[in-house]
Parts: sequence; structure tokens; C-alpha cells
Amino acid sequence: MSTPAEKHALRVSGETSLTLVAFIVFFTALLAWVYLFSQPVIEQSTRNEKLVVLNQILPANLYNNDPLADSLTLPPEPQLGTKTASTVYRARNNGKDSALVMDVIAPDGYSGPIKLLVAFSANGQVLGVRAVEHKETPGLGDYIDPRKDKNKTSPWIDQFNNVPLSLSNKDWHVKKDGGDFDAYAGATVTPRAVVKAVHRAQEFVMDNRKVLFTRSTTQNSANP
Amino acid sequence: MWITRTEFVDIAHKGIWKQNTSLVQILGLCPLLAVTTNLVNGVMLSLATLLVMSLSNLAVSSLRHFIPYEIRIPVFILIAAALVTVVDLAMNAYLHGLYVVLGIFIPLIITNCIVLARIEAFAAKNRPAPAMMDGAMMGVGMLWTLALIGALRELIGGGTLFSGIDLVIPGAQALQLLPADYPGLLMAVLPPGAFIILGCIIASKNWIDARSAARQLTQAAPVSAGGCH
Repeated sequence: MSTPAEKHALRVSGETSLTLVAFIVFFTALLAWVYLFSQPVIEQSTRNEKLVVLNQILPANLYNNDPLADSLTLPPEPQLGTKTASTVYRARNNGKDSALVMDVIAPDGYSGPIKLLVAFSANGQVLGVRAVEHKETPGLGDYIDPRKDKNKTSPWIDQFNNVPLSLSNKDWHVKKDGGDFDAYAGATVTPRAVVKAVHRAQEFVMDNRKVLFTRSTTQNSANP
Repeated sequence: MWITRTEFVDIAHKGIWKQNTSLVQILGLCPLLAVTTNLVNGVMLSLATLLVMSLSNLAVSSLRHFIPYEIRIPVFILIAAALVTVVDLAMNAYLHGLYVVLGIFIPLIITNCIVLARIEAFAAKNRPAPAMMDGAMMGVGMLWTLALIGALRELIGGGTLFSGIDLVIPGAQALQLLPADYPGLLMAVLPPGAFIILGCIIASKNWIDARSAARQLTQAAPVSAGGCH
């Protein structure tokens, strides 16, 4: 037999947990509603953001398809520095292959990996590079992001605009290491990492560009 | 039912000056140090926090008669976390550029103990209108402090003001206040700079308070021994 005190305790805890459940249900419903409402807008802004970066490194006259739709998922690839699946966007002009835009990761930045977006022309030439994500020291190594670069007229990263194909392996270094690429004094680890990563990625594209352009999107998603 | 003038003045004075979250309660240092590298980031994070605090205080105060005392903390956290997520989703959708910059610090507003502190200390015991005003005014206190720290760090660190404003108002330009060849002082942008500047602001506030207290003392009858503050 339970005493009146035990009955009372049972009733109070029952009521309390019901109240908590009611609060949880109500606020979960609120969150679900806001999520449904904002999801399309979020997807649109993420897409716009990608397009903005894409347009900075991919000349608009090179393509007339939708590269964001014509994409390919690559498995982790040591030459690109990717540890997870990455995406390749393919630009075509009237169906003719014109450029590839892909994720490249420089694993040896000053404070962790630097995520880059690199555009290659159909013959493997580097068209442009943007740093998408990095943790380089503010005011020191973060000039790889043109928004943080003090030189607004010709930011450091613009050296990767239309890099000549004739560049030798020796030239693919910062000037301090006997190469062709400038680096600001005081921070060479960061540009060194970027130059190395872009060069490695270019070699990968040179070896694989036929496959990258021809593999179909649908086939790939079914069989990654 | 609403709010009286004396209540309003008292709440505003406490939030903005007397119990300023960053300068007196020293709460929420993590976002303060990480985000205030420039004026715009500091202001926008404060605005997001202000919004969350006003809404959560309002919600808790309106629901205070339905919240059993024993489970008030989980319910408070549930309400505040839901509102933070709403603000997070809304910013991601409509202020995407800024959302990318502030990143993890928007969801982390919920871990800023000032949110729960104001709910527990004020909203749970007061009517909705003063409670909402308390959240807003605590937010304003945080806003001016973070704006000041952000502005000083940005100016000393890089010689500019309002950099990153284009993320909020498209097309707006940052101001270059110091000469373009100003080398910048990296330390101001790094966390130690934030600590030093915060320390200087706290010291100035204490100095102002001490001076006005001293002035009141000389006007009133002199007392033999003063308190510590």
C-alpha cells in the first residue's frame, strides 16, 4: 500500500513531466516551422554565395551551362589534399568542355588546413584561386583572402589568374624558394602551402581531365 | 500592467551602466574576445544577443505561471535555445554573409550565461513588459561595450572602421581613418589586445563611478569611512 505522501509525490512528478513534455512539443513544433520556412532561402543564399566565388575565378565568357548543376563528386584524393568527398563543377560552352572548378585543400597552412577553390581550363591551365576557408593569422597570413589583402588593386591571390602552362616545376614555388610566386614578408608558410597545393592539384587535373569532364553526373551519384 | 517610468529608468540604468554585462558582470567573454576584431562584428553579435535576450525574457515572463519551479532550468534552457536556433536560421537565410563571418558564435549565444542569468534573476519574477525591457537593456549594455572594443581593436589593429559593413549593407564602404600605409598593430586584433582594451574600459568605468561617488560625498555630509564601492 502506498502512503498519501507517496501518492502525492507520484502525482506531482507526473504533472511536472507532462508540463515538460508539453513545452518540448511546443518549441520543437516552433523550430520545425521556422526550419521549413527558412530552408529554401538558406539553400538559395548558399548557392548564391558559391556562384559569387565561382564568378571571381571563372571568366563568364567561358561557359553558358550551370556548373553548380553539372557537378561531380570525387572520393578523397591525396593529390587534392581532400580527406572527404569533394565536388568538381564543370563549365561547358555550348556543350564543349571549357573549365573545371574544384575543391583543393592545402594541408600545411600555418594554423591548419586551407580550403581553396581552384578553376582550371580544359587544357589544365590554372585560371584562378580563392581561399574559401582558413584559420591563418589575421593581419599576417590571411592576405590569401583578397578581402583581407591590403593591396586592393592587385591582391596576392591574383597571381594565380591565368598561370602560364609553361611554368616549370621549379617555378611553382614562392620566390624565397627560387620560384615564381611572390609572398609578403613575415608570412611565407601560408603562401608556400597555397602554391604547393595548387601545383599538386594542377598535376592531378593534367592526368585526369578527360575522365573529369566525361564522367556523367547521374552515373556518378548512383555509383560514387 | 505595462511599465512605469521609474521602472524603465531603473532597468535601463542597470542594463546599460550599473550592471553592464561585459564591464561589471564580466559575462560572455568568449564571444567578446573572439568576435570583436572589428566594429561591425561586435555590433551584429550584440544585436543577435539583444534579440535573443528580449525574446527569451518575454517568453519566460509570459509563461512564468505555467513553469513548475522544480523544472524551471530545463524549461528556461529549452525556450532560450529554441529562440537562439530561430535567430540562427533567420540570419543564415537573410544575412548569409554575416552569418558566415560570425559562424559558430550565433548558436553559442545559448552558452552565454547572461541569457540564463537574466531569465532566472529577472524574467521569472517580473511582468512581461519590464522583463523584455530588461533583456533589451542588458543587450544595449553589451552592444555599446562590444562596439567600443570592436572599434578600438579595428582602429588600432588596421586603421579602419566599419570594415565588413558591405555584408550588412551591400555596397557600403569601410572608412580608412589612419593613413593607408599604417602598418597595423597585430596584437590589437589578437585576443590579448581584446583583454587589454577590455581592461582599460573597465578601469575607465570604475574611474568615472569613483569620481561621481566622490562628488556626491563632498556635496553630502562627509562620512568617516567609505565602502569598497
